[in-house]
Order: sequence, then C-alpha cells, then structure tokens
Amino acid sequence: MSATVTEQGTPAGKPSGGIVVRDILKQFPGVVANHDVNITIRPGTVHALIGENGAGKSTLMKILYGVQRPDGGTIEVDGKQVRFSSPTDAIKAGIGMVFQHFMLADNLTVLENVVLGAEKLHGIGDEARAEITRISDAFGFGLDPDELVEDLGVGQRQRVEILKVLYRGAQIIILDEPTAVLVPQEVDALFANLRELRASGRTILFISHKLDEVLAIADDITVMRRGETVGEADPKTATKKQLAELMVGSELPSPETGESTVTDQVLLTLDDVGLVDERGRALLKNISFEIHRGEILGIAGVEGNGQEELVETIMGMRKGTGRITLDGKDIDSWDTRERREAGVAFIPADRHRHGLLLDFPLWENRILGHQTKEPSSNGFLITRKAAKESAEQIVADYDVRTPSINTNARALSGGNQQKFIVGREMSSDPSLLIASHPTRGVDVGAQAAIWDHIKRARREGLAVLLISADLDELIGLSDTIEVILRGEIVGTFDPQTVTPQDLGAAMTGGHSTEEGGAR
Amino acid sequence: MNTSKILRSVVQALLAPLIAVVVSMAVTSIVVVVAGASVGDFWDVIFKVPSHRNLVNITNQSALIFLAALAAAIGFRMNLFNIGIEGQYTLAAYTAALVAGQAWFPGKVNILVALLVAMAVGAAWAGIAGVLKVTRGVSEVISTIMLNAIAGTVVGYLLSNHGQQYGQGRRTTPIPESSQLAGWTPWKESDGAIWTLVILAVLAGVTISFLINRTRFGFDLRATGTNEDAAVVSGVEVKKMVVISMLISGAIAGLIWMPALFGGADYYGPPFQRTLGFTGIAVALLGRNRPLGIFFGAVLFAWLSEQANPLALVADISPSIVQITQGVVVLAVVVAYEVVRRWTAAYEQRELKAALDREAVSA
Repeated sequence: MSATVTEQGTPAGKPSGGIVVRDILKQFPGVVANHDVNITIRPGTVHALIGENGAGKSTLMKILYGVQRPDGGTIEVDGKQVRFSSPTDAIKAGIGMVFQHFMLADNLTVLENVVLGAEKLHGIGDEARAEITRISDAFGFGLDPDELVEDLGVGQRQRVEILKVLYRGAQIIILDEPTAVLVPQEVDALFANLRELRASGRTILFISHKLDEVLAIADDITVMRRGETVGEADPKTATKKQLAELMVGSELPSPETGESTVTDQVLLTLDDVGLVDERGRALLKNISFEIHRGEILGIAGVEGNGQEELVETIMGMRKGTGRITLDGKDIDSWDTRERREAGVAFIPADRHRHGLLLDFPLWENRILGHQTKEPSSNGFLITRKAAKESAEQIVADYDVRTPSINTNARALSGGNQQKFIVGREMSSDPSLLIASHPTRGVDVGAQAAIWDHIKRARREGLAVLLISADLDELIGLSDTIEVILRGEIVGTFDPQTVTPQDLGAAMTGGHSTEEGGAR
Repeated sequence: MNTSKILRSVVQALLAPLIAVVVSMAVTSIVVVVAGASVGDFWDVIFKVPSHRNLVNITNQSALIFLAALAAAIGFRMNLFNIGIEGQYTLAAYTAALVAGQAWFPGKVNILVALLVAMAVGAAWAGIAGVLKVTRGVSEVISTIMLNAIAGTVVGYLLSNHGQQYGQGRRTTPIPESSQLAGWTPWKESDGAIWTLVILAVLAGVTISFLINRTRFGFDLRATGTNEDAAVVSGVEVKKMVVISMLISGAIAGLIWMPALFGGADYYGPPFQRTLGFTGIAVALLGRNRPLGIFFGAVLFAWLSEQANPLALVADISPSIVQITQGVVVLAVVVAYEVVRRWTAAYEQRELKAALDREAVSA
C-alpha cells in the first residue's frame, strides 16, 4: 500500500506539514506498545515529544516514519489520511527523519552522502552540488559539499543528516534525541538551525528527555508515559517540575549530593600516568590526580578524548606508564583480577559489551567480575547457592524488575540491567568505584535510584571516579571535576561554581568551536 | 507451573535436534532417490534392530567419537577452534603405543603410564597452537590445521623408519599381553567385547562437565567464550585461558584412541582409525558443546556408520551415503538452534512483560 498523499505543491514560506495522530495502537511482544496516542502537530512549529526511555516515543516515531505499521488509529498529514508501509512512503509524504546514531559513510564526501539513495532527484554532479549549497546557505549550515565526512565534527555531521532529509524534500522533520551527542555550544547552534527551518515553514518533531532544551525550543509539548500520551503543555507557562511530574508521575530527581563527605585519606593516586597506542600516539598524557575516601571525582570530556583509556588503565586492562597507587599500595604490576580483588568496582560504559553475559541467567551475571570472592566462589568451585542468594538480594535491594534470577540478562530492559550491575558492584564492598556513564540510557526512575546508591556509598567512604557525558549529573554528583581533552587533563573545576557552558568550553579546547574534539 | 516450566525447557532442548534429524532424513531420502535406490530399503537397513555385534561396535565407536567431540567442545566453549584434534590424537596414539610397547612398567601400570603419555602428547601438540596464538597472534585454525599435516607426516616417517614390519605395513611393537584389557562381553564371544577403556569417555565427560559448569575456571571459560570483552573486564586473563583450554582440549584428544588401543588394537599400525578428529568437530556442533548433547550425537553418528555397512548388499547404495545424513544433520542443527534460540528469547521477553504488567496492576 502506498501513500495516499503525493501532492506537495505548497508555496514556499506557507507552513505545511501538520500532523494529526489519533488513537494509535501498536502491540508487539515484549516491548512497550503504544495505545491511545493522540498528538496534533501544528504546521510550521517545533513540537516536542518528551517522555522517559521506554515511554513509547521511539515506537511512535517509527510509525510516523513508516518503519512500523500501527495496529489501529489514524495518521493525517495536511488533513489527508495516510498509511505508510515503508519509509519511502513517508518520504513521499514529506516526512524525514534524523536518527540519533548518524547514518553516514565516513569515507565519502558530504555531497556523496547526501545524494546516496536519492540520485534521481538532482543527479550526482553539479546540479546536486548546487542544491546542497543552496540548502546549506538557506539555513546557515555552513557545509562544504566536497568535504569528507570523517573530517567533520559531531555538530556538522548532524547538519549533514538534516540536509539529507531536506534534500529529499521533507516538510516535516523528526529529530530523535538530537542533542544527546552534542556539547552545549553545539546545542545552541542546532537550535539556531531549527529556528531557521521553522521560519521557512517546516514542521519539526523534536524528541527529547532533556527538559531545559525542550522549554527553550518547542512551541508545543506532548508528554508520553507508559506508551500513551498523557498530556500537553505550553512551554511559555510550563515549568520543568510540571513536565517532569507528567513524565514520571513523580518528582524530578536531582543528582545533588548535599554536603561534602570528602575525607583526608587518599585512596587512589595517579601520578603522571601515560599511555601510547601501537603506533606510538599518546592516548593519555601526564594524568595526575587523587581521589579521597568519600570523594566523587568527575571526569568531563567529549567522548573519545581518553576517558575509556583512562578507565582501562586504572582497571589494569591496559599497561600504561607512570604510577598508580591504591590505598597506599603500588598497583602498577597488578592485573585486573588482583585490582578487583583489592576492592575496585566497575560500572562500564557499555553494559552489553563489558558488563554482562547476555545469554547467562542473572545469578551467573552476579558472579561476573567477582569470580574469586564470596559469595561467587570458594576459590575453586562456584558456590551456586550463595551466588543465587546474593542475586536475589540485589534484585530486591536495587529494584531490578525481573521475573526471576534465572532469567537471562538479555531479557531485561536497559534500566534494569544497569540497576543489576550497580547492585552487583556495590555488593562487593568496594573501596573504589569506577562509574562510566552510570545512568546512560536508563529512565528517570532508575537514574534517581542509581544516583542515590552512589551518594550513599560515598557517605560510607567510597571513593568514586565518575565519567559522564551528562554535565548536570557530573556537576550534581562530583566533589571535583577534571576536564579531559585529547588524553590530557586541561582543567579542574569546582562543581559548586561551574556552569555547563564553562565545562563545554573547556571540553572543546577553551573556545566554542564546532569541533567534536580529538578523534 | 513448575512442571510446565520443566516440560518447556525439555521441549526447547529437544526441538532443535529433532528438527535437524527430520530435515537430514528428508534430504538423505531425496539423495537416495536421485541415486536411483529405494528409499524404503535404505531406511529399513538404517533402522533395522541392531544385532549384538552391531551394538558392541556402536558402543565402542560412540566412545571414541564422544572423546573427540568432547575435546573439540572445550575449545568451542571458549571460541577456540581446535581443528587439530586429528593431529593431536594421531601423535598421541602413536606415542602411547610406542611407550606401552616397550613394556617399561608391569601390567596395568603400563597402561596408566601410556594414558598419561597420550594426554601429555595431545596437550603439547595443541599447546603449540595455543602458545602461537597468544604470543604471535597466529589463528589457531591455521596453526592446528598445519599441525595436523605435520603430525601425520611425522608419525608416518617414524613408523616406516623405525616400525616393526608386519604383513604389508609397519606397526609399533605390540603391547605386552599383561597390559591388554579383555573388555566386557555382554553376549557371545563372537559378538565382540566392549572395550574396558570406554569408561574413559564416561569419566572424561563427567569431569569436563563438572569443570565447565561448577568451577571458577569453567565460569571464566564460558564467560570468555560468550563475551571476551566482559571476561577481560571481570579479571580473566584471556591469554592464560587460551593456553590452558588448548592444553585440556589436546589432553582429551590424546585419549581418543586409547580404548581401542588397549581393547584389541594392541599396536599402532594399519587398523588405526583416521578422521575421528573431524567427526568429533561435527558431533560437538551437533551436541551444542554440551556433554549430554555430544553423547547423543556420538551415538547417532556411530549408529549411522555401523548400520550403513550392509547398504551396498541390501539396498544397492554406497554406505558413504550416511555421510550426507551426518553432514546435513550438523548443518541443520546449527540453523535449527538459532531459530529455537530466537523463539525462546521472544518467549522470555513476553513472559517478562507479563510479569511486569502483573506487578503494575497489583501495585
């Protein structure tokens, strides 16, 4: 079945692309379905769709973009009912989508990336180049059609994605969490572009869970919760608190840690730590800092500036230079297992890759990383009973939603997987916690719970190394913030006084450029 | 509730192999038709109630195949493709026969020493591949294949230069009678004996099963196999694990020919059975690297090979045709397991959602 709307003869400047979504129903096994979804998007506006992870935003988006078909309800575009069986139909109806993860070929130019799959529109030569330049100029994108994508920063890559959509004639642009990958300065630039697009009469559906941003850019706001639309808000009058309550049905959690619990006992010391890759390039250089018991040290930085390498060096997975001491003991010669046994707990950034055995039951995942200690084993044999009991305890204490501890880790939602990992690491009675993006991709409820657990452990004297891309989280939780850029510490900030803008500037090298930092 | 759960897990475990067997039977039937023979005759022969002699042979063969598959499975559980079982057991069988033939030790002690030698030689030969992998980054697939060729050549050279002339060929000095094991004769003498050292297969199966499922080493091994990155984060030293796994795999491979050697072969020479190592790889795949699964796989393979013998006489078709059945069943089981795995995962998701919904309602 093809789209029933093909006409697109809207005069330039006159807003078009209004969407009315009524009673959308979508059911499929195991994932939050949509039901009673009703949204009216006025043409020529920025419409924000907000909700927690798992609230059904993605499902709705996929329905609007023709990736999935609804089981019930109707969609109207410009007053005409449409039915999409594929994204091609959605594009024909003037709907374009920019995904959170860019779909660009690094080794191709901007021009090549844009025309890929749309060669019929303006060819692949000068006509296409002219069209790209025209769009880029019209909206202030500042893109050179012949530049290689691999040379572009994150903000620029995102604009290439938007340009791709515009090139295909989209009147309605869906943006899936577009700010998740950007630093504050880049967010401002994006919003300027979005305002230009709105001024040209295009309609934007902006999906986010960052309330500040939503309030700054949106003309209308729709809130989703548990798969349905639960309310609308006017950004001129709504407050963050009201929106958050609509989203979660409760109060907005805050990462604030309260009073300082920093002690004068140094737990972890890094002294001139460095690391080079096989080709001799420096991944880490001259890193020195101390973490005391009861202290949270935050590391801010654009992703890929050495955070991962820093964590792996402290964990003993990579061999660096310099000295690392833990609780007064030189641990440079220790392997990962010895360091873990000495009380280093680790919440990895990529929980699927580093934190879980997805096809193993939860109770066996309780053992992972703690194989040598009670209650996992007696050194030689796995102590099944004790491990299971401990897993039960974690599930209860950390509110992990699962039918049982025999369920495979894969079946759990991201937030519950993360809560289980946090519980596992905390249960090992650690002295140092390395938390890498501990609340990434988890919903607000789980986020608050994880923050609480970290705060509680800090009060009890835990030293924490916190790496996060969420600047609010870093500022809220940390006692000290170090900024890392191209493998070096480039600044130390006091979270009491620093603003996200200051951090953003330091993270990108002291000035608000478009560069995504070192690669 | 609980019984239905058990029932379901049993169904889940059996479904994939069942599908695979049905598919391979269908494919074999087609091949039989294409080859111009009678499908009815063919399956009559295969499913004929085995004679006592057949049963003894199937048992003995199953043990050898089981050991070979177990050796392969240890590597597979850790994503190590030890293709070199063939070479490891060839070299081990030769060395053990050589040592046992010297009769340096009396009676049963001689056997024990020979078994230890076999395990050590198998382990060493596999260990070469393990060490090459962790120190030089050589893929164990490549190195073990090459080691197979080397092992075959070395044994052939030693045998023809230092072996004892026997009939047309050469052999190692036969092991002394005091070290030969009579086996167990459940029926008439003429039906043959089940080799004493078939017990090795049982022992190895139980030991490996315990090692993999119950010990910390086994957990590290399984963790490394399923997610190496996570294993490294958890403190597993993967390089050490690679070498140890290869050593264990090779040691088990070294035992493959032992039941036969002490059960009637008495020396290393022409009756030595080749390609058991490759059969083992196929059976390990069929049994999903689980000792119990491997057991059924080994019996199936041994059954097919044994029962196929009279095919040329009765059904006018080459017994080799069962190799197609064996091949297809392995291929089909890989696909079937994936299908069943997805089905199970979807089911688990649904169950999870249902449980959470119940919770939401009661809250």
